[in-house]
Amino acid sequence: MDLSLSDEQKQLQEQAERFVRDKYAFDARRKIAATDRGWLPENWAQFAELGWLGMSLSEEDGGYGGGPIETMIVMEQFGKGLVLEPFLPTVVLGGGMIARAGTAAQKEALLAPMIEGKKQFALAWLERQSRYNLADVSLKATKEGAGWSLSGQKGVVYNAASADQIIVLARTAGSARESKGLTLFIVDGKAKGLSRRDYPTQDSLRASELTFDKVSVGADAVLGKVDEGFGVVEDGVDRAIVALCAEATGCMDAINAATLEYIKTRKQFGVPIGKFQVLQHRMVDCFTNAQEARSMTLMASLKIDDKDPVVRAKAASGAKVQIGKSGKFCGQSAVQMHGGMGVTDELSVSHYFKRLTMIDLMFGNQQHHLTRYSNLAMAA
Amino acid sequence: MDLALKPEHKAFADEIRAFARANLSPATREKTLSGKHYDRDDHMVWQQALGKKGWLTYTWPKKFGGPGWDVTRRFLFENVLAEEGAPRILPFGPKMVGPVIYTFGNDEQKARFLPGIRESTVSWCQGYSEPGAGSDLANLRTKAERDGDHYVVNGQKTWTSYAHWGDWIFCLVRTNTEAKPQEGISFLLIDMKTPGVTVRPIIMLDGAHAVNDVFLDNVKVPVANLVGKENDGWTCAKFLLANERLGIAEVPSSKRGVSMLRSISDDPSMAEKIADVDLQVQALEMSELRALSAMALGGAPGPEVSTLKVRGSEIQQRIAELAMEAVGEYAAPYQPGMLFHDSNETPVGPDHAPPAAPRYFNMRKTSIYGGSTEIQKNIVSKMVLGL
Repeated sequence: MDLSLSDEQKQLQEQAERFVRDKYAFDARRKIAATDRGWLPENWAQFAELGWLGMSLSEEDGGYGGGPIETMIVMEQFGKGLVLEPFLPTVVLGGGMIARAGTAAQKEALLAPMIEGKKQFALAWLERQSRYNLADVSLKATKEGAGWSLSGQKGVVYNAASADQIIVLARTAGSARESKGLTLFIVDGKAKGLSRRDYPTQDSLRASELTFDKVSVGADAVLGKVDEGFGVVEDGVDRAIVALCAEATGCMDAINAATLEYIKTRKQFGVPIGKFQVLQHRMVDCFTNAQEARSMTLMASLKIDDKDPVVRAKAASGAKVQIGKSGKFCGQSAVQMHGGMGVTDELSVSHYFKRLTMIDLMFGNQQHHLTRYSNLAMAA
Repeated sequence: MDLALKPEHKAFADEIRAFARANLSPATREKTLSGKHYDRDDHMVWQQALGKKGWLTYTWPKKFGGPGWDVTRRFLFENVLAEEGAPRILPFGPKMVGPVIYTFGNDEQKARFLPGIRESTVSWCQGYSEPGAGSDLANLRTKAERDGDHYVVNGQKTWTSYAHWGDWIFCLVRTNTEAKPQEGISFLLIDMKTPGVTVRPIIMLDGAHAVNDVFLDNVKVPVANLVGKENDGWTCAKFLLANERLGIAEVPSSKRGVSMLRSISDDPSMAEKIADVDLQVQALEMSELRALSAMALGGAPGPEVSTLKVRGSEIQQRIAELAMEAVGEYAAPYQPGMLFHDSNETPVGPDHAPPAAPRYFNMRKTSIYGGSTEIQKNIVSKMVLGL
């Protein structure tokens, strides 16, 4: 049992801190969010140069042999800066799923360019009726010669507009909500028959509604095995959840720091409002919540490579419950303690609040994961 | 970074488990697992067995006769013993006054007191709180006046756990009434058999006798029993409190509590409440491990351990609350006799019902003792957040 960072990990942490400090001041972020893409190609190129796009992939896959701890370190700093570059959909979800389920040819065609910063990905799993159920998929893929034809809709697909390839969860057999009979396809972002409605999200990211109208793909587009895509996507999402939890701990640190600073300087009744015990205790509760969030994220990061899928699932769900709970507490408390300023667009606090709120909803909220954890714990 | 155990740690855990199975009396184990009252011997016989093995003072460095274990070994030791149903080690000697004596005491005091703590042949109790000094501990009034090579001590201590079992008491006393409250306090060791020491039981809301008033009436204490410098006792007091807070998060027994809840509840509406407290325990455990790892790299526990105490107490209360909720109306029958091991009564309801309500009532103490939740938050607010 060892909970200390290695020297290389400490360097990575400093590197990521420096990136956020240099490139993600509050006003700079606002400008990035307002660009066409919603993220900066020069930042993405810098990620590639720093080795971040391949750091968690194995050396056989062309990566640098790191793992979930490296992802955690970088995502935490991204949370502090509310970084907009699509690291989660491209590297953690797309890259990770291709590395774990892809063929040698798929890996060669996709991972090497991803590591160099030349390809981005998106995962299209959600549909309008799915809510948090990963298996609730009605987009259909039917056999068409040697390949497949995809028809149906996907929703809230983050980074779809920038993605070179979109990984699509489709039904190839079975009935709605059945986890058997799902297949993952790697679809070109510009494929014929694929149309998009792009929009910004509450937290300044970019997402799209996708319509697939007889989109043709070859047999080599299948990621993993036909009808057995659910396990791959569930595992990929669990790993993304852990990365997202790290981002949330960074958000909580930042929002707590901003609030602490504010209550030390804002004066009412002739004293800084941080002199009032009722605010002091709420601030301490925020601090404790962030500490617990960090602990659960670390535990999940240490367990997410476990051989046992139940251990991995419990770790991801457990951490997501904590993040949902702590994120809501820190976010709402920060807004409240900032008073009127907390509900403006002018301070960073509302932006962190929005991101924390969306993180809770992403891949299943606190209640969803509590139920999932509970069922897994009861079955054990 | 990793959570995996090395083969030597697995062997170590097996050794602890084998020791517990060979040395823990089945009656004591049964009392732990069913939530019944311990008597003095449950603690003493077990602690003396640990002492003989050199494990009672498992947090001590080798220099003072401890095993000098790393964080992983301490963690395993605590967890395996909790799983095996061992009573918690009474902290007053091994975790409280012992470290104060080896940190602040002189050589003569170390030679005189540490062996009895290591072997559990001398039992200790804590003379901190007073009727007028609870959360405001520095307001204590028990006075020690110098008279030649003795102090004459007068005053009253209260909430003194196990004073009725105690051979010795460590006391915070006032030696200077002129100075600021924190600057006139000294740390004094008092033999409970000294004339003028009287113990009066306080019966708690669950009917149990664990705490007492201790009256000190012209008690003559040799100056040789002063630990640290006169009027510098607040330093020892704070050092001890930080150690105490780390110990009372009670993670291993809460883990046992979560398993107990799953075993007594088959109501699906309870399952998610149990899952929620299960996850709270995991977060607390990981926070504690992070704090211990940081301490292993140097330094005493910092003020942030206060948050562990706060959460640890809330979790213990929540587990007790859920156990009572699981029992439902069969928590109502009042059967105090059932809480004793040798009872001949049969329970009115399910076997696990009689301790449920008393335990719930009793556990309300956890957010009050060892510095209330509110005081812990004041500490974090001031020392960590700078408010």
